[in-house]
Amino acid sequence: MRDSWEIRLGGSGGQGLITGGIILAEAAILEGKQAVQSQSYGPESRGGSSKAEVIISKESIDYMKVRAADLLLVMSPEAAKKYVDDVKEEGIIILDSTYVKDCEPKKGKVYKVDISRIARQDVGREVVANIVALGVIVGLTGVVSREALEKAILARVPKGTEEMNKKALAAGFQAIKSAVSAA
Amino acid sequence: MNVTSINARLMQGNQACAEGAIYAGARFYAGYPITPSTEIAEVLAERLPQVGGKFIQMEDEIASMAAIVGASLTGAKSMTATSGPGFSLKQENLGYAVLSEVPCVVVNVQRLGPSTGGPTAPSQGDIMQARWGTHGDHPIIAVSPSSVQECFELTVKAFNLSERFRIPVLMMLDEVIGHMRERIVIPAPGELDIFERKTPEVAPSQYVPYEPQDDSLVPPMANFGEGYRYHVTGLLHDDTGFPSNSPAVMGAHQDRLHEKIRRGLNEIIMVEEAETEDADVLLVAFGCMARSAARAVKEARAKGQKVGMLRLITIWPFPEEALRQLAEKVKAIIVPEMNLGQVVDVVKSAVEGKVPVYGICQADGEIIPPERILEKIEEVL
Repeated sequence: MRDSWEIRLGGSGGQGLITGGIILAEAAILEGKQAVQSQSYGPESRGGSSKAEVIISKESIDYMKVRAADLLLVMSPEAAKKYVDDVKEEGIIILDSTYVKDCEPKKGKVYKVDISRIARQDVGREVVANIVALGVIVGLTGVVSREALEKAILARVPKGTEEMNKKALAAGFQAIKSAVSAA
Repeated sequence: MNVTSINARLMQGNQACAEGAIYAGARFYAGYPITPSTEIAEVLAERLPQVGGKFIQMEDEIASMAAIVGASLTGAKSMTATSGPGFSLKQENLGYAVLSEVPCVVVNVQRLGPSTGGPTAPSQGDIMQARWGTHGDHPIIAVSPSSVQECFELTVKAFNLSERFRIPVLMMLDEVIGHMRERIVIPAPGELDIFERKTPEVAPSQYVPYEPQDDSLVPPMANFGEGYRYHVTGLLHDDTGFPSNSPAVMGAHQDRLHEKIRRGLNEIIMVEEAETEDADVLLVAFGCMARSAARAVKEARAKGQKVGMLRLITIWPFPEEALRQLAEKVKAIIVPEMNLGQVVDVVKSAVEGKVPVYGICQADGEIIPPERILEKIEEVL
């Protein structure tokens, strides 16, 4: 388990990646770790490109931006193109294969998971794709515990959607488990 | 695992600034929402009514500044928040508050300018405007936080300085610090000092509003609505508050405005040194750039390069003395800043040619990464 994770989440506005980044950082803080979350987005929110960054560390964090990522998640072809080279040699890349096709990163260990389709078909609503993605990330890396992640998710999602979000989280963990055993 | 028991949580810089204002006792906010400062208004619109305060969304930036001056005169600790275009519009009333000695806190979450510029892009381009944006030879206090924790604590300090010295205090955030979220531990009530403005000890009939009562040269301030009446004006005036054309009176008023700040420098100037003891190269940085510089110091040290940092928490008045002392010891100074050269020239003037000073200046809406600072260190060593 590394002491520090630089995580970049890229996609389009509306996919919930900034919320996803916030939840991940909140989970880290629940565990007593340090976390910084930052973002960049254009003037438009829905449909425009969107990027969230999270650094999680046992030590205090000085520079708040992700340089070369330890983990990159991309959920749109534009984001894949833009960010796929900015990962560490031994980094991890997760591609949402629902939208990201024909992307063969030159470095990093690559996992292709049908995140948005799983959210839409298996959980019932694509709006929870970000939660499925968090399940995939944490299932693969253990960057935070599943317990802390679930607590952070439930503290942030709208009332009445708890069960759907729990289902999305479980679907994410299941999907990465299958992806790893298939690899 | 219980968040509330340890009081640690994830919070955005703008939100921490708003919560710091509540903690400091702010009970009035007037503003006109503008990116990237909007969250401050958003949080205070909810929080102020909960603590018996007032939030007003005004018709524009100019009126917002005027409203906080008026509210402060009634005794309410008052704040507004804005960004570059709004900061420009506030300058006239800001000068009014300086001259009439009305405490208030003005937050500027800096974005890329000039003009409408880049609304979502970070910048540190308003540093000189903070110093000289309003006309005439006025003093000012400007401070700049580098973390979410500091957004909270420095806002409390900004209110204290403002009330203590009866002067507007400018909280110079930048988009990076305003929008990033990180871990914060909210201080318990009573943990941070809160300064309450001095009010007159004499009866209303004996009150001379601008007559200092001690060596601080800061006169006690009566709250309107409590029976004291006095004349508030943007004209230079005597101790009664009424204007005068006399060079002696106008000169004395100007001198006191500056002298009260000079006498308070020990309280006002805040800096932080890191790894400066044996440093050959000194980085001078503030706001979000101090985070990039901190990383550069760490990575340079790992390579065996002796690099240290002076972080400016107070920017105006400029911490000249702290800088001069370090300039005696180092071989070069590097100033990374997200503008085309504002603080670097002040640094040059302060060290008076004793040591070479280099700027890393960039105004493209991106934070200057540690790599660029490391390159410059290689170059000057």
